[in-house]
Amino acid sequence: MIAYILRRIAQSVLVMLVVALVSFSLFRFVGDPVATMMGQEASQADRVALRERLGLNDPVVVQFAVFIGRAATGDFGISYRLQQPVMELILSRLPATLELALISGVLAFVLGVSLGVYTALNRRGWLSAAIMSTSLIGVSLPTFLIGVLLIWVFAVELQWLPSFGRGEVVTIGFWRTGLLTESGRASLVLPSITLGLYQMTLIMRLVRAEMLEVLRTDYIKFARARGLPNRAVHFGHALKNTMVPVITITGLQLGSIIAFAIITETVFQWPGVGALFINSVQFVDIPVMAAYLMLIALIFVVINLVVDLLYYAVDPRLRVDRANARH
Amino acid sequence: MTKHTPSAGFRRLFASLMLSAATLGVAMTAADANTLRWARVGDALTLDPHSANEGPTSTLLHHIYETLVSRGLDGSLQPRLATEWSIHPDDPAVWVFKLRDGVKFHDGADFTAEDVVASVTRVTAETSDFKGLHTSVAGAEAVDDYTVHIKMKGPTPLYVQNLTNFFIMDKGWIEANGVQAPQDFKAGEEKFTVRNTNGTGPYMLESRDPEVKTVLKVNAGHWAPAPQVTEIIYTPIKEAATRVAALLSGEVDFVQDVPVQDIERLSNTPGVKVTTGPENRTIFFSYDMTSDSLVSLPGDNPFKKPQVREALALTLDRDAIRQVVMRGQSVPGALNAPPFVNGYDAAMDAYGKPDLDRAKALLAEAGYANGFSVDLHCPNDRYINDEAICQAFVGMMGRIGIKANLVSQSRTIHFPAIQNRQVDFYLLGWGVPTFDSQYVFDFLVHSLEEGRGGWNGSRYQNPEVDAMIKSLATETDLAKRDATIADIWKKVQEDRVFLMVHNQALAYAAKDGIDIAVHPENQPHMANVAFK
Repeated sequence: MIAYILRRIAQSVLVMLVVALVSFSLFRFVGDPVATMMGQEASQADRVALRERLGLNDPVVVQFAVFIGRAATGDFGISYRLQQPVMELILSRLPATLELALISGVLAFVLGVSLGVYTALNRRGWLSAAIMSTSLIGVSLPTFLIGVLLIWVFAVELQWLPSFGRGEVVTIGFWRTGLLTESGRASLVLPSITLGLYQMTLIMRLVRAEMLEVLRTDYIKFARARGLPNRAVHFGHALKNTMVPVITITGLQLGSIIAFAIITETVFQWPGVGALFINSVQFVDIPVMAAYLMLIALIFVVINLVVDLLYYAVDPRLRVDRANARH
Repeated sequence: MTKHTPSAGFRRLFASLMLSAATLGVAMTAADANTLRWARVGDALTLDPHSANEGPTSTLLHHIYETLVSRGLDGSLQPRLATEWSIHPDDPAVWVFKLRDGVKFHDGADFTAEDVVASVTRVTAETSDFKGLHTSVAGAEAVDDYTVHIKMKGPTPLYVQNLTNFFIMDKGWIEANGVQAPQDFKAGEEKFTVRNTNGTGPYMLESRDPEVKTVLKVNAGHWAPAPQVTEIIYTPIKEAATRVAALLSGEVDFVQDVPVQDIERLSNTPGVKVTTGPENRTIFFSYDMTSDSLVSLPGDNPFKKPQVREALALTLDRDAIRQVVMRGQSVPGALNAPPFVNGYDAAMDAYGKPDLDRAKALLAEAGYANGFSVDLHCPNDRYINDEAICQAFVGMMGRIGIKANLVSQSRTIHFPAIQNRQVDFYLLGWGVPTFDSQYVFDFLVHSLEEGRGGWNGSRYQNPEVDAMIKSLATETDLAKRDATIADIWKKVQEDRVFLMVHNQALAYAAKDGIDIAVHPENQPHMANVAFK
């Protein structure tokens, strides 16, 4: 077990290094930061001087080595755009993204599983049909459009919810939370629905398909024959056995929610790391882009590691297989 | 099989969801009559007054810091921290500024000539982003508490025009906080000035969360009459649809960057007022008119032939671009200078109707009866509908047989390519912060040399014109200088150095009852806002 974890951690470090290298070699195609950092009056000599000061004239390999060396000590440099330390910028934006991702993840999971179970059990009900067809919107409409539609209905027409921002925040230590104020919670509603809708649909359809499959199996028939109540059959036996793929997908989707919050954050002017990243790309703010990509890679790596370990815990067969394989 | 009924639970779930949605409905409290909530596309990058020469940064800083002179709505210079300015009667290379008496910085320090001297030193420092506007400065000297001499390297009759974004800092505060130089990225440290301010302006920084919210409170000790707006809440909203929605839902009072496609709809919305006006920015095409070979057409350069340049001008339908691409929000013209710039000439700015037959004849005369094929480079994230303008022009050129292949890229790739002369046919926009034609000539017309011609991607080279441009910098007889400017424009138009499209227009939208005039440099000042 410990050897397995160590091996996985070693692999993860390698993945992180590769991500860093690939993103570093891509930055050269994003453009020239000096073009946005200096006003139009700057002379060619000034531009050259700034490039030199930023170390952009060094070969990519040298820049990469310097970056890795400093990143290892947690120093990602100064943002070209906002002129503040990158680490501080990202840490100050991270709570906003994590709160949004968590709320929409919970929303997607709870609603996804419940609706999935419901539609699997009531296959022919009109409500199921309605849920299934509405859920198509979740997968087929782009996030951007859903966000704008929600803003239009709930912020402009009904004026129930705010159209942008995070409302008032309360600072606890380094964590700035919007969950403790009314305006903060109100601000969370539309973005988390927008962000979670696709994942919810995905989980719902997955749960439904898995449930339908499981409900056809022999042990469910035996369970019914034993006279167990529906509740025990559906939730104690059927649902439990559908959970392995659902956990996998949810785990992976949690990473995606954080990584792809970019669009939702942009639409709602949500002050998270995604919005920070997109602004940085447009400005070619290399230190922020590099740090953000490393962070996202880290999140994915950690989630994958956790999911792998969860399998180990949830599914006894994996343990047996591994034990056998070793013999 | 029994019918399963989990629906009770679901009903409860749905009911509670609906309920919470209803109770969460925030009460949109009406803003305090004296608070102005201001939204625009981007935030100020920094609060350091000398380290980012960028529009939104300067616009916000104008509320906290002040300049010696400021730009009025008509483009003229207005006194601010300086009450009078003139060229020294005995030495044409010295500018004399008389300073306003009784001005205090936000921390209570008195504003004196020494502060101007310290600010001049700081703005000309190696890491200053504004040093390009102060290259001819040799040094500054405080003659007495309220008189400053700025020594130039030679006569610079229009230097005062460069000072509208030159913010004055307190000498004592600079020294106390060790911020003698603007942000140095190499040092890898954040300067104190990025988040802290001490200006003389009508507003003081209350709080700032970069890219989220900046709150300014009125400065009771300001020298000018107290403004009506006593609190400014500035929030950047990047997405155009969200920005407009925030105005419509009453969450902001004033939107500075109104997308052109929304102007008409907003104008027809009750409770919202849209104000439009010309911006100080020309949009034009440039082509390499001197090289023998183009990057995208090796071995040949059609643009070298005057007939081809004239044919291009005859295919450009400026009115169509104004109507279709810009939805009426532009001022077409033929002269690459905004109307309020010194040297502008309405007669030269007049443009004719497109004439495709004549254009084809000219192309044939130049030896391109079958047209030619070339790359047209375009930014897609810098000017209003920049890519769409290029697309329209590609279609127009196609009608006379010129096959233009559109390459549209981010400004971060487009601009360096122009500066490094890697593109030979492109769209560019140009603002003239000094409100004088010399600025256009220096960067776009003069041949490339240190400090000049950096953006001359036309590769225009005319020693006679170069000499005339150089003479502008030191000519103190303004009538003679204006005559030289007119001569240069005449030559530039004859040689068709630019294919001018239009001047960009600005649109501001505000709640009814808030009167904000469009500023030619797009720097509205909330101290001038009137509530009705």
